[in-house]
Amino acid sequence: MFESLSDRLEGALKTLRGEHKLTELNIAESIKEIRRALVAADVNYKIAKEFTDTIKDKALGSDNILKSVKPGELMVKIVMDELVELMGGKAEELDLKGSPAVVLIAGLQGSGKTTFSGKLANFLKTQRKKKPLLVACDVYRPAAIDQLSVLGEQIGVPVYKEVENKNPVEIALKSIKHAQDHGFDVVIVDTAGRLSIDEDMMKEIAQIKEAIQPNETLFVVDSMTGQDAVNTAKAFHDRLNYEGVVLTKLDGDTRGGAALSIKYTVGKPIKFVSEGEKLDTLDVFHPDRMAQRILGMGDIVSFVERAQSQFDEAEAKRLEKKIKKNKFDFNDFVSQINQIKRMGDIKSLMNMIPGMNKMTRDLDIDDKAFIKIESIIFSMTPAERADPELLNMGRKQRIAKGCGRDIHEINMFIKQFDQMRKMMHKLSKGNMMNMPKKPF
Amino acid sequence: MSIFKKFFNKEREADLDKGLEKTKTNFFDKLSRAVAGKSKVDEEVLDELEQVLISSDVGLDTTVKIIQRIEARIARDKYLNTSELNSILRDEIVQLLADNNTDDLDDFSLPASPKPYIMMVVGVNGVGKTTTIGKLAYQFKLQGKSVVVGAGDTFRAAAVDQLKIWSDRVGCHFYSKGMNTDPAAVAYETVQYAVKNNLDVAIIDTAGRLHTKINLMNELTKIKRSIDKSLSGAPHEVILVLDATTGQNAIEQAKQFTAATEVSALALTKLDGTAKGGVVLGISDQFKIPIKYIGVGEAIDKLQVFNKQIFVESLFK
Repeated sequence: MFESLSDRLEGALKTLRGEHKLTELNIAESIKEIRRALVAADVNYKIAKEFTDTIKDKALGSDNILKSVKPGELMVKIVMDELVELMGGKAEELDLKGSPAVVLIAGLQGSGKTTFSGKLANFLKTQRKKKPLLVACDVYRPAAIDQLSVLGEQIGVPVYKEVENKNPVEIALKSIKHAQDHGFDVVIVDTAGRLSIDEDMMKEIAQIKEAIQPNETLFVVDSMTGQDAVNTAKAFHDRLNYEGVVLTKLDGDTRGGAALSIKYTVGKPIKFVSEGEKLDTLDVFHPDRMAQRILGMGDIVSFVERAQSQFDEAEAKRLEKKIKKNKFDFNDFVSQINQIKRMGDIKSLMNMIPGMNKMTRDLDIDDKAFIKIESIIFSMTPAERADPELLNMGRKQRIAKGCGRDIHEINMFIKQFDQMRKMMHKLSKGNMMNMPKKPF
Repeated sequence: MSIFKKFFNKEREADLDKGLEKTKTNFFDKLSRAVAGKSKVDEEVLDELEQVLISSDVGLDTTVKIIQRIEARIARDKYLNTSELNSILRDEIVQLLADNNTDDLDDFSLPASPKPYIMMVVGVNGVGKTTTIGKLAYQFKLQGKSVVVGAGDTFRAAAVDQLKIWSDRVGCHFYSKGMNTDPAAVAYETVQYAVKNNLDVAIIDTAGRLHTKINLMNELTKIKRSIDKSLSGAPHEVILVLDATTGQNAIEQAKQFTAATEVSALALTKLDGTAKGGVVLGISDQFKIPIKYIGVGEAIDKLQVFNKQIFVESLFK
């Protein structure tokens, strides 16, 4: 998608070169393409319009586009910079002062509040060395309390619940007393999902907030949300004036334009992104990565970071060096596979690599896929594993026989490996994002 | 206007209307005035139509398609009469939904055969699969059918309990093997249970899964296969549940779930909120899958059969 946006902009801008000035008229097509890309990513229609107006002004103020060899790329860079700025400077930490600190979780039905509550508790426990208490305030949805209890058990965090009590305000209040008495330092209050136009329910969440005076109220929103994200985010914000936003289900292939819409509308930072159902897959928000995602680019930084948290640093450095030198070989690949398996869902990891998105879409990437890959690699000689360039037709045929697979499968795998290697290499040099500010 | 009146059951409409943002200007009136007597719709009006559709999550491709249809129709017959035009514009959009040659259901009645009638319910996380199953079971029960719900979400914490509570509310049969059991086995045995007890309907729940997770999608294919093994030709309906708040990603969901399980019907949930779920226009058109049910609230009776006209109306409110 990034490639195609860039390409399309290239096409739209090509006719301009040789002209002396960017004008509203000759830039109109490019602006339209950008707007289309944003709308296709679920950015709110009006916001996409306003946003592209800003882009237009920026572009008109920059003569460089006309002179640039690749005006499309320069245009994308302007869009990227603007997106990143809009989605807000640095990732912000949670305020956990007070004893206990109180975090209130709110959002629509099915946005992923309960799963996020579990993840946050786990994150605070393992990464921040806190002693969290989960509080079950969803007294409406069948088995919601059980759900939180099960999650609490999985991560070893106690859950405060009152099964008979139908008053969430009361439960929340009592939980804080309970936390004080039992030495918990963070209280995470999970609430029922509610629609922004459900007056009774919105009143209720406002009452809960009023009663417990949380340090942080977090609005949880499904990253697949469409145009309505703006309405909902605003309605919750009007009532709760929440401190931060949590984007869930980012392990899917949604472009996540809702993130931009929400930030633009309420101006509150996105504090966490949540991927997958494993309770240790919680990330802090990085505007630059989200911008890339909205424009359809991959997320190499998350990939490397996730890798680093699993690999030891020396190993990661070694890997990085090899990628930079374009020396990443089959041995490295195999030795990473097992570690990668531990990092969570394979496909979501692959999707973080720019350009891999399209490839993995139809590719059968699950843990079983690795069995095939391993069988191919293990049929290579040590020399071949260390130097992929060695592989010629004769060697490939021998490998095919060795692993009992069709030659096409060998070719396909090697081709994919090469592409991946190139992509990693290219990105490790950061040719696009580190473009000099004034290259002319 | 009057031809639409008869489609409107005021009470049902009220549920759908609740919360839908109301704009002072009636979009259709405006559009009608602008095109009356002309053979071409002017740019400004099309822009506005585009904005209305995009804001309802209809998406670019489908919006373009709708605009083209309207342009073609207006080029063909010039319209003088605004009220006539008004309904024709709606009609074009409804037609898009109707191109898959299915009529809307009148009610929740099911075909007398096959018996048991086996339904499988699929979708991504948090769209409201279990809730929809509870409400469906309730409606079938009202129709005098005997129903079993199968707890095939054996993964998400407390999902089995959630379905159990629904079955108690409805007063229908419940089949479960507990948490962390093989969902394909649960599906297989739920069908067996329905056959053995001579029940009319079996509705099988599945765990929410993102359509990008190939191994989980493969699991879904396997569940469907095991249902077929249990009763040849089943499931008779595979319902993909879509959340009305979801944007363009729903198209990809429909594509992947259809590939994995040959989805035969859509259920659109959470239409009682401010989201309009316009993305289903494109999905229904592109994949030729009818939308059959809509969820309009958390209460047990807040499930309706889908009505094209009412839905299209709601996009423009």
